Amino acid sequence: MSMMMAQSKSESQPIPVTPPRAAVAPGIKMEAKGLKAWFGKSQALKGIDLPLAENQVTAIIGPSGCGKSTFVRCLNRMHEVVPGAHATGTVTLDGADIYGAGTDPVLVRRRVGMVFQKPNPFPTMSIRENVLAGLRLNGRRPADAAALVETSLRQVALWDEVKDRLDRAGTSLSGGQQQRLCIARALALEPEVLLMDEPCSALDPIATARIEELIHEIGQRYTIVIVTHNMQQAARVSHYTAFFYMGELIEHAPTDRMFTQPSNPKTEDYITGRFG
Amino acid sequence: MRAPHTDREYEAELALLRQRVRAMGAIVREMLVGGVRALVDGDTVRAQAVIDRDEEIDRLEVELDEQCLRVLARRQPVASDLRLIAATLKLVTDLERMGDLCGSLCERVIELAAAAPQTPAGSLPLMAAAVEAMVLDAIEAFVTGDAGLAEQVLTRDDLVDSYFAQLLGELFADMMAQPAAIYRATRLTSVAKYLERIADHATNVAELAVFMVNGEDIRHRHRSRAPRI
Amino acid sequence: MSAPEAPPVAPSSALPRQATGVDRRRAFVDKLARGACVAATVLAIVPLVAVLIYVAAKGIGSLSLDFLTNTPAPMGEVGGGIKNAIIGTLLLVGIASLIGIPIGVITGIYLAELGRYSKFAQAVRFSADILGGVPSIVIGVFVYTAIVLHWGYSAMAGSVSLAIIMLPTVIRTTEEMLKLVPDALREAALALGVPRWKAISSIVVRTALPGIATGVMLAVARIAGETAPLLFTAFGNDAVSTSLTKPIGSLPQMIFTHSTSADAEWHRQAAAGALVLVILILVLNIGARVFIRRRG
Repeated sequence: MSMMMAQSKSESQPIPVTPPRAAVAPGIKMEAKGLKAWFGKSQALKGIDLPLAENQVTAIIGPSGCGKSTFVRCLNRMHEVVPGAHATGTVTLDGADIYGAGTDPVLVRRRVGMVFQKPNPFPTMSIRENVLAGLRLNGRRPADAAALVETSLRQVALWDEVKDRLDRAGTSLSGGQQQRLCIARALALEPEVLLMDEPCSALDPIATARIEELIHEIGQRYTIVIVTHNMQQAARVSHYTAFFYMGELIEHAPTDRMFTQPSNPKTEDYITGRFG
Repeated sequence: MRAPHTDREYEAELALLRQRVRAMGAIVREMLVGGVRALVDGDTVRAQAVIDRDEEIDRLEVELDEQCLRVLARRQPVASDLRLIAATLKLVTDLERMGDLCGSLCERVIELAAAAPQTPAGSLPLMAAAVEAMVLDAIEAFVTGDAGLAEQVLTRDDLVDSYFAQLLGELFADMMAQPAAIYRATRLTSVAKYLERIADHATNVAELAVFMVNGEDIRHRHRSRAPRI
Repeated sequence: MSAPEAPPVAPSSALPRQATGVDRRRAFVDKLARGACVAATVLAIVPLVAVLIYVAAKGIGSLSLDFLTNTPAPMGEVGGGIKNAIIGTLLLVGIASLIGIPIGVITGIYLAELGRYSKFAQAVRFSADILGGVPSIVIGVFVYTAIVLHWGYSAMAGSVSLAIIMLPTVIRTTEEMLKLVPDALREAALALGVPRWKAISSIVVRTALPGIATGVMLAVARIAGETAPLLFTAFGNDAVSTSLTKPIGSLPQMIFTHSTSADAEWHRQAAAGALVLVILILVLNIGARVFIRRRG
């Protein structure tokens, strides 16, 4: 808030100019420094330095196999879950290294939530139980479970669609609804950062539009990192865009700039469809 | 210059777009060269031929607009492609205006010829030559994506403006000296104004060329000389 | 490049639009293959149905309340029942399940979730497969030398041999069922900051539970009908016994001894005992399925 006021004071022009989407210089919520990742012997990330702006949406784009999914999975230490995978370098969350000695990955994941490419509600659980799963499985009983279910489902605009069938299986919903349920499940833990790994690639355009709308809404309260194959989607939803290629970060810039005048010719070739 | 688009149909669409821009630019060039020749020679036949070409310009303007909209709707162009489309949408307006001004210029040439065929005096041929060169270079810069040439065109507008001021002075002096010259002098004043405006449009075209190539908006840069951050 | 290149002209070797001899032959082969599939299925069901009918037809006459609630009569006398054998089978299978299911399921979880690619897991997996291929009589002989020679025939020895027989099935089905659970669910749980053990027990195992239970039921059904290893271990007992340290009767063993005797009455009783065993296994199966459906 204070930053915004300082910003408006420094602008002495009489007519307010529409600010670009990332006009306010945001703080840095997470930052990767020299991040390298491997699957067995093959290296997927070759030293990534990338800051992630607080309460902003950062989109990661790049061709298949460029390491974008690996990168976000390193941000909540999910990369190492894959047998044979490991990572080096540092990733800070509010300045503290999540790869530091003695850091429990389980605790990192409670602060950095994740939504996957395919909706993955727990099939043995009802809609209600799915929303509460993160808390229940961590042995916490929310004081007011009903209210938490409602607010979480309202945040993802799913409440009105499912309020009469909270006891039905989470898998009984449509693909788009399942994905929103998964987002609600992640949000119920009140994470600080939300990672989304191609959250719309299995959805139809209308369901995609609803998720994107949702990203706009919650993007003001959460730091969001979204991996996407769809460049128009990156252009629509993000404040910043990072372009990965062959395990390297080629360019990181405000999205408006990235899609009108990228500075790296490789980025230009990729986003205009001139690759390979 | 750079790798073609993976989608060959898209590549072809953009190639066709560039080709049409080139054609429209070529017609404007020919109209201006023809108009200036007609003016200098007092050649009404040539003037009429220039006026007749305006239709081609109008047709190309509509076609290019449609094509740009189609690419925008179907391809969602970004980066350099987006700048090409955005710049072309503006360019066609400038080119169309230049075509109109050439037409008006030629109408004045016909009027002048009907009154008293006489070679235009003073600085007019010099100004016409300067404008002609600006237009040629501006269109060339846009079509070939030559930002350096475009930047250089932009420096020449001041020269045209000073010719214009000088010419107006000459014509006013004529009119004051001999009232019989007023009919001719007012028409020549109009011609000078057309040329000055054509030069302004050429400036716009050059600015669009720079934007298209560098992604940098340099319009109105000369007005507020505030340092860019 | 300016204009796009012309699309390639379709080769003249395009497939014919009308049905030809080849197409008619393909349709015929298709019908033939379908017919063969149906025939093979029917052939496979015939013995199953025949056995059930045979057992039911032969055994139903001797089946009565007295038959179920009495102990065997001496050879030559009319009457007598299989109470000792029913209780013996329930006890043997119960104890074997108490030993075999936990060990088997936990080993399966280890193989699928924890050790998956380790050398040790490979060895365990290999051993389980080998064990699954060992004839049950060999296991009976093993338990005989390992236990019976030291402590004598006992229900416990019988249960241990049955537990060993069910282990490979339980281990491998548990592992296979857990492998069928999509990794997406494991990742979903881990990404919610759930500890690994909790993710495995609450999400993965729970999701695979119906499959695991089916595998376990198959294993239980199989050991309920095992005869050979019990001859060396539980031995048999005409009296009702619930002691783990004494010999104990069982349905398979009763069926074996009765059907190999010379007495016609005993033959009928063997068929009735077989019918009881079949029904017992059926009830266990259906019961387990209902239970799983309710919970799932």
